[in-house]
Amino acid sequence: MGRFIIRRLLYMVVVILVVSFITFGLMHAVPGGPFDAEKALPPDIIKNLEKRYHLDEPLVMQYLRYLNAVFIPQFSSEGLTGDVEDDSLVNIKITDTFWIKWMNFGPTFSSRSRTVNDIFRQQLPISVQLGLNALFVALILGIPLGIISALKQNTIFDYLSMSIAIFGVSVPVIVLGPLMIWIFAVTLKWVPATGWGAQPPYVLGVFPSDLGWKYWEKALMPSIALGLGSSAIIARLTRASLLQVIREDYIRTARAKGVKESMVIVRHALKNSMIPVVTILGPMIAALVTGTFVTELTFGIPGMGKYFVTSITNRDYPVIMGTILLYAVFLVVANLLVDIMYAFLDPRIRYD
Amino acid sequence: MAELLKVQDLETQFRVREGIVHAVNGVSFSLKEGETLGIVGESGCGKSVTVMSMLRLIPSPPGKVVAGQAFYQGKDLLKMSDEEIRHVRGSQISMVFQDPMTSFNPVLTIGRQVAEPLEIHQGMSRKQAYERVADMLELVGIPKAKARLNDYPHQFSGGMRQRVMIAMSLVCNPSVLIADEPTTALDVTIQAQIVELVKELRDKLGMAIIWITHDLGVIAGLADRMAVMYGGYIIETAPVKSLYANPTHPYTLGLLNSLPRLDTDQYRRLESIDGLPPILMDKPTSCPFAPRCTFVREHCLQENPPLLETGPDHYAACWVDTKTGRERA
Repeated sequence: MGRFIIRRLLYMVVVILVVSFITFGLMHAVPGGPFDAEKALPPDIIKNLEKRYHLDEPLVMQYLRYLNAVFIPQFSSEGLTGDVEDDSLVNIKITDTFWIKWMNFGPTFSSRSRTVNDIFRQQLPISVQLGLNALFVALILGIPLGIISALKQNTIFDYLSMSIAIFGVSVPVIVLGPLMIWIFAVTLKWVPATGWGAQPPYVLGVFPSDLGWKYWEKALMPSIALGLGSSAIIARLTRASLLQVIREDYIRTARAKGVKESMVIVRHALKNSMIPVVTILGPMIAALVTGTFVTELTFGIPGMGKYFVTSITNRDYPVIMGTILLYAVFLVVANLLVDIMYAFLDPRIRYD
Repeated sequence: MAELLKVQDLETQFRVREGIVHAVNGVSFSLKEGETLGIVGESGCGKSVTVMSMLRLIPSPPGKVVAGQAFYQGKDLLKMSDEEIRHVRGSQISMVFQDPMTSFNPVLTIGRQVAEPLEIHQGMSRKQAYERVADMLELVGIPKAKARLNDYPHQFSGGMRQRVMIAMSLVCNPSVLIADEPTTALDVTIQAQIVELVKELRDKLGMAIIWITHDLGVIAGLADRMAVMYGGYIIETAPVKSLYANPTHPYTLGLLNSLPRLDTDQYRRLESIDGLPPILMDKPTSCPFAPRCTFVREHCLQENPPLLETGPDHYAACWVDTKTGRERA
């Protein structure tokens, strides 16, 4: 298993390199540039800006410069300087005058004082929190709904659960969000309409340090709104998978042994039926935790979602690269976790 | 010997989109303590459905036991509460299934699965149960059983898995073991081993056995009594010697003629039974075997024969005496 994980992490490096190459190529192939504006800037200023951000160099040089800054650890005589050109995600202090710095994703073009790493440090944790909440909602809603509808197939419970599921997939956040705000924030005044309750510093750089009502009063609505769609997918998958499993021979064997019906489901059927559900969790996690544009916009949450969209329209090259690479890393890691989960669910699956 | 199990007029139907499938049509048989009953018949004749109905393991819907009784030690299994029948299953009447590849839960260890009946019915702790399980696995011939408790089903071969399945069914010392085609999925040498094993265990533990098979050769050396099923009916039942020596029903005759035998001319052509198995959508008013029968008479098409006594303790559902070719009085 250890070797398998290491091998997969090495593959990840290859995946990231390929993704970075394609993204870099595509974003430079798109017409327009970061400094195009309605009222064109004087050519001299553009020239200066391009020089400052090395955009005047050949593309190959720019790409290699980017790879070097992001992937190759750099040695430096000082730690964080506050310079937007020199902001690394990983800063390891060896001695006072010898630092190893790694993953400098560069400055943003849209703000003179911010770097891509600032986005990762400040916006990403919020998106991760929202995403994990939504995932939690999706699981605690989706799996029981799926189980109920499978066990009570073709009864009112089945139809009710599946109606909720259909509602979940077919009503997008852009409809559900404002509806929830109108009901729970504007009319009932139970929760604030927008915002996010967690403040830095975050535990482990990601999780909120205070999980009280101050956090949840703002987190509850968007988490449910975002999680409902995913819960519907999980519910349908759980239902289909469980329906298949309870027709298996070994379920009959369990019944013939005198196992209680509830234990037949819990002990014999559930674990077997979770494999398709776990499969979908990989991409689902990656999509949820890297930020969701519409949900964050609807509920006024300062997360990462908007950068996926605005960086492209602004031709903010470092932000495009950063967000896409981040997504790729999450996707690969989430799928690796899924593969590890398989081995725990099904002893026939072994990696070596 | 005391009567352990008495099934009377058992009738099971499946409601499907095309109509009602009459899988079992009024089957009666009984089983004495320590007796071995062989139920034979072709695929789809209702052998498995009969025993599954008895233990209420028919998936419902679409299946439904519509009539009959199944008395186990005087109590009707079909009228028991779910909780009562659950305590009969696996502890007093247990089953061995056909396919040892799919009949084990792939994600649970053998130890846990075999120990489960002990934990449920005898309230043993897992540790106590594991000791008994190891002994039981030893008994069915699993080498180094203790070391294999934490193995998963896929780590066993087919024959070994069937041995484990037998251990699992006998772990609570049931008085009835139902073996539903336990050797069908195994190759011939393993089949013989499993049959030998069951014989040995029967002598040691003394349980009664219902052995379902479509292989007349396998059952001959094992059963005390035989029941031949066709189209959801028992069409002949007799002590095993009597059945093989004097097969009375044309279907039984056909089955036996289709077997290769060592004691006859080796150049004899094997016979087959013409026609196709019956469609179970309509309950027949005639003899269900009539369309394929070489002895068929007018009477056979008008009335479905009940089981008639044709010899000492030998019953067949046929209007025609196949020895003389004349209709029975």
